[in-house]
Amino acid sequence: MKQVKLIEYEEPKTWADIPWATCSEAGILITKNAGWRNERPVIDPKKCIGCGQCYLYCPDGVISFAEGEVSIDYDFCKGCGICSGICRRGAIRMEEER
Amino acid sequence: MSDKRFLSGDEAFAEGIRLARPQVISAYPITPQTIVVEELASMVERQSLKSEFIHVESEHSALSCAIGASSVGARTFTATSSQGLLYMAECLPYAAGGRFPIVMMNANRSTALPWNIYGDQRDSISQLDSGWIQIYVEDAQEALDMALQSYYIAEHKGVSVPVMVNLDGFILTHTYEAVEIPSIEEADAFLPPYVTDNKMDLEQPKNMAFTVGPNLNMEFHIKHHEAMLTALDVLNESDQRYGKVVGRRYGGAIGTYHTEDAEYVLITLGSITGMARNVVDDLRASGVKAGLIKLRMVRPFPGDQIVKALGLAKAVGTLEKDISFGAEGTIYTNVNSAFLKNKRVIPSYNFIGGLGGRDITKEQLTECFYKLREQKEAEPIQYIGLAIKEG
Ligand code: SF4
Ligand code: SF4
Repeated sequence: MKQVKLIEYEEPKTWADIPWATCSEAGILITKNAGWRNERPVIDPKKCIGCGQCYLYCPDGVISFAEGEVSIDYDFCKGCGICSGICRRGAIRMEEER
Repeated sequence: MSDKRFLSGDEAFAEGIRLARPQVISAYPITPQTIVVEELASMVERQSLKSEFIHVESEHSALSCAIGASSVGARTFTATSSQGLLYMAECLPYAAGGRFPIVMMNANRSTALPWNIYGDQRDSISQLDSGWIQIYVEDAQEALDMALQSYYIAEHKGVSVPVMVNLDGFILTHTYEAVEIPSIEEADAFLPPYVTDNKMDLEQPKNMAFTVGPNLNMEFHIKHHEAMLTALDVLNESDQRYGKVVGRRYGGAIGTYHTEDAEYVLITLGSITGMARNVVDDLRASGVKAGLIKLRMVRPFPGDQIVKALGLAKAVGTLEKDISFGAEGTIYTNVNSAFLKNKRVIPSYNFIGGLGGRDITKEQLTECFYKLREQKEAEPIQYIGLAIKEG
């Protein structure tokens, strides 16, 4: 349930840098996808009891949950607020993005 | 030791596939391809071929399965015809762009409407831009030999593009001739096992069949295009290698017959070539310098080779069982473009015939050569063998 280790992406510069097939080593992060978020979920660790509901419900799979600790990958969170709605402890607050 | 048997084109093709030992076969039967699927299924049943045979519910699934199997590094085979090929059409560029070296047999058959199950070449020609290599064979022997050689070309490191081998429906798929079948030892000596890093692998996880945005998408297609062009040389290489091991050679992307000093040349593809050769012989006997170019590969297109083979010819005719509605025969378009690129000015005629299984006769082929010689009719696009002639 840990986040996959990402490989640094380098923009291809020569023809040889372009893969010959649509195939490359796994785990290369090419783009981030968070531009459409209007509100960001923020976890209050004091209220969170580590139940893992937000981890299970997040439709983007961007909440990681390890040893009772939850964290959100803001590079990919789309700001839908489902995690905030599902959290019974009110531990996730949606804050306006600036 | 090779073995000689009396086989139909479909059966011969199945023998070639058996010799290539594909690990996965997924196919859906459709007339006139059905016999290939039946033959391979019974080979798997009798265990003369060790392969996973996947029964699928459609052609779309047949090619999707083949793509899946190829993406884990398996040698794969599928076969189709006509509407089946069109039903697969969505998957064709997936297989090609993903660079999965699948081999497919297509039994050339007319497409609807009007509904018809007989042979013409509009099905495969409509898919020329899908990114697949397209080969056309003349007889059952060449069908078998190219079934085996197609894997060599498709899987070649510099190519890695799927290959579609086309057999004229019924004329070739269902007629019988004596065919020499290489031994499995010869086949193994010719065709190395398929090795690739374009595959899913637990040890080396891959990101496969990915998306590429406008920033780099074009470069992937250019690489694919250049790999396709390489196949012109790889076909020659395969032909030489096959000749050494099996003892039969066909040449490269075109086959020529008496073109060296020919004044009038006909370009053909597929099974009509055999009869066209006889017509050239007859014409030569009566003093007409006729010649023939058989197109073995249509993608990549051997345009420069055609122009070179034409030499000093005075007129050329492209005979095809295809029409791009509202334009002309597609092979004709390709041939003419090759003339222009090579700055070769030559009267060029298009003979369109054989649609929906219409027979093309020896007399009609002879007439094509006379038309090239006389060039009386201004119309460069001519239909041969029309049943209705009067307004
Ligand atoms: S649902 Fe709420 S309480 Fe449960 S882990 Fe997520 S933030 Fe913590
Ligand atoms: S806002 Fe939506 S996408 Fe972001 S972490 Fe919560 S559930 Fe996942």
